[in-house]
Parts: sequence; structure tokens; C-alpha cells
Amino acid sequence: MTEPALLQARDVRKSFGQIEVLKGIDLTVSQGQVVSLIGASGSGKTTFLRCINLLEEHDGGEILLDGDPVGYIMAGERRKRLSETRISAQRARLGMVFQQFNLFPHLTAAANVMLGLTKVQGKSDAEARDIAQHWLGRVGLADRSGHYPYQLSGGQQQRVAIARAVAMQPRLLLFDEVTSALDPELVAEVLSVMQGLAESGMTMLLVSHEMLFVRDVSHHVVFLDQGKVAQAGPPSEVFDNPQSDRLRSFLGRFHGLFGRG
Amino acid sequence: MDFSMAPGTFLFEAWQARASLLSGLGVTMLSSALSIVIATVCGLAMGVALAYGWWWLRLLARLYVDLMRGIPLLVLILFTYYGLALFGINVPAFWAGVIALGAFATAHVAENFRGAVQSVPAGQMEAAKAIGLTFGKRLSYVILPQAVRRMLPPWVNTALEIVKGTTLLSIIGVVELLLSAQQAMARNYMIIDFYLLTAALYVAINFTLAQLGASLERRFSYLRY
Repeated sequence: MTEPALLQARDVRKSFGQIEVLKGIDLTVSQGQVVSLIGASGSGKTTFLRCINLLEEHDGGEILLDGDPVGYIMAGERRKRLSETRISAQRARLGMVFQQFNLFPHLTAAANVMLGLTKVQGKSDAEARDIAQHWLGRVGLADRSGHYPYQLSGGQQQRVAIARAVAMQPRLLLFDEVTSALDPELVAEVLSVMQGLAESGMTMLLVSHEMLFVRDVSHHVVFLDQGKVAQAGPPSEVFDNPQSDRLRSFLGRFHGLFGRG
Repeated sequence: MDFSMAPGTFLFEAWQARASLLSGLGVTMLSSALSIVIATVCGLAMGVALAYGWWWLRLLARLYVDLMRGIPLLVLILFTYYGLALFGINVPAFWAGVIALGAFATAHVAENFRGAVQSVPAGQMEAAKAIGLTFGKRLSYVILPQAVRRMLPPWVNTALEIVKGTTLLSIIGVVELLLSAQQAMARNYMIIDFYLLTAALYVAINFTLAQLGASLERRFSYLRY
């Protein structure tokens, strides 16, 4: 493959005060791939995901999106933070779905989806409304476009949040434990929307504890342990042939769903 | 209280004084309205500075808020009127009063607004960042609409305080409602009657304002979590 990776992270480091959370992460996502990050709480999965669209800012290493450094450029030996405008433009090329949905409570479902289309991409209201309606339909909520978030169930809110992210036609969609705040019976409807996106060729990077889903949908799985990539590979390899005790014990927590190697 | 219309009765004397009372009421309402507008506009700007400003801007705004909250309103009014004159800045009493009230209430609005902005869940700002909105747009389309709803009740309180605070302008000779009533009393000695009338008029103004606030709150009632 000579084509540059869509996302390339090299030696990404991040500390919160004295605690080093990311100790040099390398990761590549190619166009059309679904890559999953798994690992115990505190392993740095979410922090890494948030570094990609600069909700957290990495202290070292670099993250390249279509070859462009995200957030920082090297000016000689010094790291220079990009302007707010540049950073906002970079974020607009990425979509993110959050654990807590984070829908805008003062806007209807359709207006949630339309906000970025009109205020970031400069589309007309009519065009944005059509796009919003299309994507709300794709997530099965065509008849809920006029509802406010408080009138929707958790699963519906999360599907609106997915529509809001994907309607912007991002290069890459980031999913941060998007089913963790949902009642168990609502998880499936969200996962099936994600499955549909994956099948349609959307490039996705997800942090998830839904191991069966991860194994099913991913092209590549990355196991993070204490801020480092401990094992990475196709799901069959990671799930069925864990190379370390830590991965074995991590997978063992999921009720013996996976071979114990 | 005698409600017949003969000379020496309350209604007669109130009717006699109607022009000056109405003008006083007008001055009270105008100075209140101007002060509320100043306090709202400046307070919103200062609230944004308190919440998101560079450290030196936050420090300046913080100093201002603490200063204004520490100075008695009457002292501030007297200082604006007499103090500025010492520096060769002559401000008419009415405007000195409006500036002092506005400056005072700015601090309250700013502090309330900062609190309201910071009580919007952090995820809202993150979601707004994630769709690529720039800072100004994140503020105007996501944070402010939610913060405004949260700051409405304290904002109404501040507005009511301003209306009541305009009575202090009588000290520097602005003939607002209180002073015009006192001038009437100086002619007819009907002290209790005219103070009651004055009180009733203030209550009427403030009741109307509070109703206005309540109807605004209802308009934003879709804002739930």
C-alpha cells in the first residue's frame, strides 16, 4: 500500500499532571477500516480517542489525519499549536459520538443534526434539513425529527448523535463507549446502526466494551494496557490467540466468551 | 384613609400632585430600564470574560466584580455624581445615577452569567467542538441559549433590585418617584398615604417585571435534561 493512511498516530504521549496516561501509542487507520480499541479502565483508550480530535491535547508524538498533523506542527525543534480556526477545521473532518450522547437539549433532533451543516459547512437551511432528514431516516428516526432530546429514549438520543456526526461526512468517525450509558435493552439498536455504517464503508475508530460486537465488526483490534499498545491485529488473532497474561485476563472477564489461548 | 374627592383628602391631594408623580414614575422607569439594559449587555460580556477570558482579563473582571459587590450602592452613586465632578467630569445627576446603577448591577449579572455558563455540562462544549464549531459559534449556538435559561431567575432578581435601587437617586436630586412623592408630602403632610402610594407603585412595577420573567422562563421550558 503506497496510499497514505487516513489516520496515523506515532508515539503519542499524554500526561495528566504527574501521571503518564499515554506512553507512546502507534496506530494506523486506513480508509474504510473499522479499528477498535479495547482495554481495561484507565488503559488510555478514551484519552487517546479524545486526542485525535483535540478534546485532549497530546504532549508528544504526532497524529496525522490524511497526512496533516493534527493540533500541532513542528517549527524546527519547537512544537507550535495551530490556531483555533485551523483546529476547528480539523475537528470538522472528524465525527465523534460520546458515551453521554451530548445532544444539544435546546434543539430538536433535526436541528441537532443541522447545526454543523449550516454553521460549519455553510449549507442552506433547506439543504441541511434534507440531509438531516436523510440521516435521521438512516438511523430509524425519520418520525422523530421534531422531538427535543428529553422526549427521546437513550437509544434514540444516541442514534440522533450518530446522525449528527455522520451527516457532516467526516473522514473518520470516533465512537467513545457509545453504548456504556444505555440500558441493556437499548444497546442493540445503537450497535445495529453502527454495524450498518461499518458495512457502508465508513472509516471508524471505536472504544468499546461490547466485545462480541468488536470482534464482529472490526478489521483491526488494538489492546491497550497501561498507556501502551500491548497487542494489535485482526480480531481473530487478538481474541483467539492472546499473547499476554494481561490480555488473557482482560478477555477472561467477559464470561468466557473467548478462547483462553 | 378618606377616599372622597374633597380638598385635604388623599385622592384630592394625589390628583393635585399627579403631574409630578407621573413624571417621577417615568424617571424611575426610564432610569431602571436604562440601568437594566447597561447591566445586561455589559454583564453578559463580562460574564464571558470571567468564564473564558485570558488570565489577565479574568483577573480584571474578577477585581471589578469584587469591588462592585463590596461598595454600598449609595456610596457608588454619590461617588459617581460628586467624585467624577472632582476630576472635571460633569455628569448630570440622572446619568450619574444610571451609570452607577448599571455598573453595580453589571457585576451581579456577570457573576450570575458566569455561574450559568459553567453549569452547562462540559459535554455540551465538547460536542460543539466535535462538530467543528469555532469558539464564537460554540458560544452563541450551544452555550448561551442554555446559560440564558439558567440565569433568568437571578437576572429577574437583579432587575427588581435595580428598580428599588433607583430610589437612592433621590439623594443626588434626581426627582424620581420617591422624591416626587416626598415633594408632594412637603405640601400636604399626608406622609403615610403618599408612602403607601409610592410603595404600591413600586410593587406594581416589580410585579410586572417578575411576570415578564416568569413568562420568559415558560418560553424556555423545553430546555430540560
